[in-house]
Amino acid sequence: MQTVRLFTDQLIGATASSGFKPIRKEVAHMQLIKPEININFIGNRKMFFMASLVMILITLISLIVHNGPKLGIDFKGGTLIQIKFAAPAHIENIKTGLSTVGLGNSSVQSFGDQQGYEYLIRTDGTVATTEGFSIQMQNALESATTSSLEIRRVEMVGPQVGQDLREKALFAMFFALLFITIYISGRFELKWILSGVVAGVLMGAIYVFNLFDVSIPFLIAAALLVTLVLFWFLELKYAMGAIVALMHDVTITVGIFSILNKDFTLPIIAALLTIIGYSLNDTIIVFDRIRENLRKHHKQSLEFILNRSVNETLSRTILTSITTLIVLVTLFVFGGGIIHDFAFAMIIGVIIGTYSSIYVASPILLAWQIRGKK
Amino acid sequence: MKNLSWKVVMVIAVIVAAFIYLIPTVVPERVKLSDQALSNIRKDGLPNTIINQLSSLKDIQYSSAKDFERNLSSLLQGDQAEQYKSTILQHAEKQTVWPHKKINLGLDLQGGMHLVLEVETIKAVESNIERIGQEMRSLLKKERIRQTGLDRIEGTKLAVRIPDENNLKKFDDFLDTKFKGLRILSRSSQEGVTTVVMDLPDTETDQIKELATRQALETIRNRIDQFGVTEPDIRRQGENRILIQLPGIQDTQRAKDLIGKTALLEFKLLDETYDVNAALKGSLPRGSEILYQVTEDPETNRITRTPYLIKKRTMLTGAHLTDARVQIDSQYGDPYVSLSFDTKGGRIFAKITGDNVKKRLAIVLDDRIYSAPVIQEKITGGQARITGSFTTEEANDLAIALRAGALPAPVIYLEERTVGPSLGADSIRKGLISMIIGGILVVLFMMVYYKGAGIIANTALILNIILIAAGLAGFQATLTLPGIAGIILTIGMAVDANVLIFERIREEMTLGKTPRAAVEAGYDRATLTILDANVTTLIAALVLFQFGTGPIKGFAVTLSLGVIASLFTSLILTRLIFNYFLMNRKVKRLSI
Repeated sequence: MQTVRLFTDQLIGATASSGFKPIRKEVAHMQLIKPEININFIGNRKMFFMASLVMILITLISLIVHNGPKLGIDFKGGTLIQIKFAAPAHIENIKTGLSTVGLGNSSVQSFGDQQGYEYLIRTDGTVATTEGFSIQMQNALESATTSSLEIRRVEMVGPQVGQDLREKALFAMFFALLFITIYISGRFELKWILSGVVAGVLMGAIYVFNLFDVSIPFLIAAALLVTLVLFWFLELKYAMGAIVALMHDVTITVGIFSILNKDFTLPIIAALLTIIGYSLNDTIIVFDRIRENLRKHHKQSLEFILNRSVNETLSRTILTSITTLIVLVTLFVFGGGIIHDFAFAMIIGVIIGTYSSIYVASPILLAWQIRGKK
Repeated sequence: MKNLSWKVVMVIAVIVAAFIYLIPTVVPERVKLSDQALSNIRKDGLPNTIINQLSSLKDIQYSSAKDFERNLSSLLQGDQAEQYKSTILQHAEKQTVWPHKKINLGLDLQGGMHLVLEVETIKAVESNIERIGQEMRSLLKKERIRQTGLDRIEGTKLAVRIPDENNLKKFDDFLDTKFKGLRILSRSSQEGVTTVVMDLPDTETDQIKELATRQALETIRNRIDQFGVTEPDIRRQGENRILIQLPGIQDTQRAKDLIGKTALLEFKLLDETYDVNAALKGSLPRGSEILYQVTEDPETNRITRTPYLIKKRTMLTGAHLTDARVQIDSQYGDPYVSLSFDTKGGRIFAKITGDNVKKRLAIVLDDRIYSAPVIQEKITGGQARITGSFTTEEANDLAIALRAGALPAPVIYLEERTVGPSLGADSIRKGLISMIIGGILVVLFMMVYYKGAGIIANTALILNIILIAAGLAGFQATLTLPGIAGIILTIGMAVDANVLIFERIREEMTLGKTPRAAVEAGYDRATLTILDANVTTLIAALVLFQFGTGPIKGFAVTLSLGVIASLFTSLILTRLIFNYFLMNRKVKRLSI
């Protein structure tokens, strides 16, 4: 009982029954962001719009220069082999060994810890499935590097499966965006019917485009464009703000991956979808506060309310980003090679997502006000 | 207190249920080898010497599967020990703790092979047409209808050239009576010769394709069962694809070779009237083809390919086999595969050998010649053997493939993902390390930042992880490496709900509310926001679940479980803890 009491005393602080007066009346909370903070986010919105535009532009340039995103074998088809040597091996020797089994044009890359002597072999074909192949390759590599080795992982994706997965991934991104916008416009503006109509129109548009046999990326770009136009004319402000922020986050994350020339694989798509969920989480919390403040201070200008709402939620936004980044960085550092890129994508996404919910999502709500004045 | 009590009961019930579901995962299963298991093992065809050895392990309670395996390994030695071991492990009784649901590990964590293969069903249609063509040729001969060419064209079509009007009339009648099922695509006449092109109607073709896929699935399942893999998952995917998951498999190349083998066994006569070398130069006689015998010198590893001129006509196929077994040659000690035919097959075999004494008969498997012995005399009794330079393993796999039957059409591998057991163990280790380090850092952060309330949030966090794990076991979901990443991510994001509430409480307190009112207001205002925010993550996770494959599905599962668990802990559990402390005492300030 005594220990429980002690614990609860610590938890709640001094109590009336203890008979002691608290030394200070107000014990200061530990704070990263002071409650009375008032940064003029909205006033500086043009600057940040420019910054975002520049980042998106760089993304587009990088994508054009690299001829689209660099697809991993999940989407492109091909073979990936992860091998681990017992002793250090030279990449040159590995390549020589590979050329004796007809894999001369494959790329070899060191992988994971330097002490692990692990390498990734990537090649275009689907050789790994031919009878007796892995034994031949192992023998060839062992004689070329004079070190015994273990084949730890083989991934072979045929071109047909690659294409299927590519389409699946794009559809997943699209449907996630679609469902989320329906939810937001329904939930925030109580326009469930309208959002249902939007969804219906989109599905119809997709169906019609599909009849013309256009490629999937184009299809989805067209669908997104239709979505934005619909939201603009139906004045679904919150949905518009949210979806612009999401597209912003996904685009920039893709851009950074493209600039660093990293592969897009299935886990990266999972990361992008999670980023969508996460960034929206932030955005919704700000939007919720905006609605609350609209009721509370209905005489104030929208600009004031937006700024106040962003400031009030700033502490929470930063705190959650910190805890999320803490775990992601540990995953990045300790999680091993296979999960490395996933963690990296998430780290970028969380940073960009936090930025966008402050600087991108809310200022967009102002767009209609400015349009109304003209 | 009254309105609190049902919540308390619910929270306790959930926590207790979570712990119960975790027991089977934490407590290792016990293994015992009973009489029943032994007799099942005997039924699976393990040699008596092994069964006798096994009786020393009988009726002993082993505290874990690993323990049992260790004992088994020290008992079994030799070439086939691995294979016997998996059969024995399959049959040994495993006693798990109630509720018998363990967390399943994905292939990326326990090691294993994931394969997607496509049945080339069009080949089944082609061989069907080929057979119809052969039948038509011999029937035409019988009915004395003249044809100047009967060939399979464009894969699945049959073109017959019929000279002479009179003849054509007879041919038409012949088609109407004997080959009603064929669809006539076109007729064209040139210099008195009419060419009729036919194929099978679409419904028929679809049926053949469907049947081929179903048969292939069944055959592959049989082969894998006989190969001895514990808990394989073999299922059809779409129209003509087959998905195979073989957890924990060691010799992946061997498994792949066995599964992918068409195993079409054919007996064909050698064409000894022509010279092979002339045929190689291009003058291939009609109705014959060149096939190779491939032999490998066991010492020099040199491969030699010997060409043979073989008559195209198949005399007998493996469809008439009743059994195929590995046997050891008594003279040289080489393994060979002995074949037993059914009655009809035996009769056909006797006729072939009787009609062709002193000629050579080739044993062809998947268009590769294994041997081409000279027929010494008529062979009755329905027995034959395949010899060749086999290792015991190769002979064994060939016997399995022949017993399970030929695939109705060749298969090609579309996708393969193999993870070695050591990499799987590595992934588990690294995942757990990141989880523990990340968890500790977040817990410390929350404690420093929110002090007393941080402890409440941390309690919720730990319970969260327990709930996710219990959910995985309870729903029999599969934990994958991205799944572990999902749990780690949840650790970071789950505190968000508590951060929202705590920040709100702080705000309310700066407005001058009493702790109790601040907590009430904090929870009330934050609840809706938290629900909204989490629904979106849930939407993303559900979409991922729908579209994702294997490991990614695992991520979607842990992420969804994490969201639901964190809603429960933050909205119900932590509020309950706050209320408990605030209700019983007159609290003047909060440690938050």
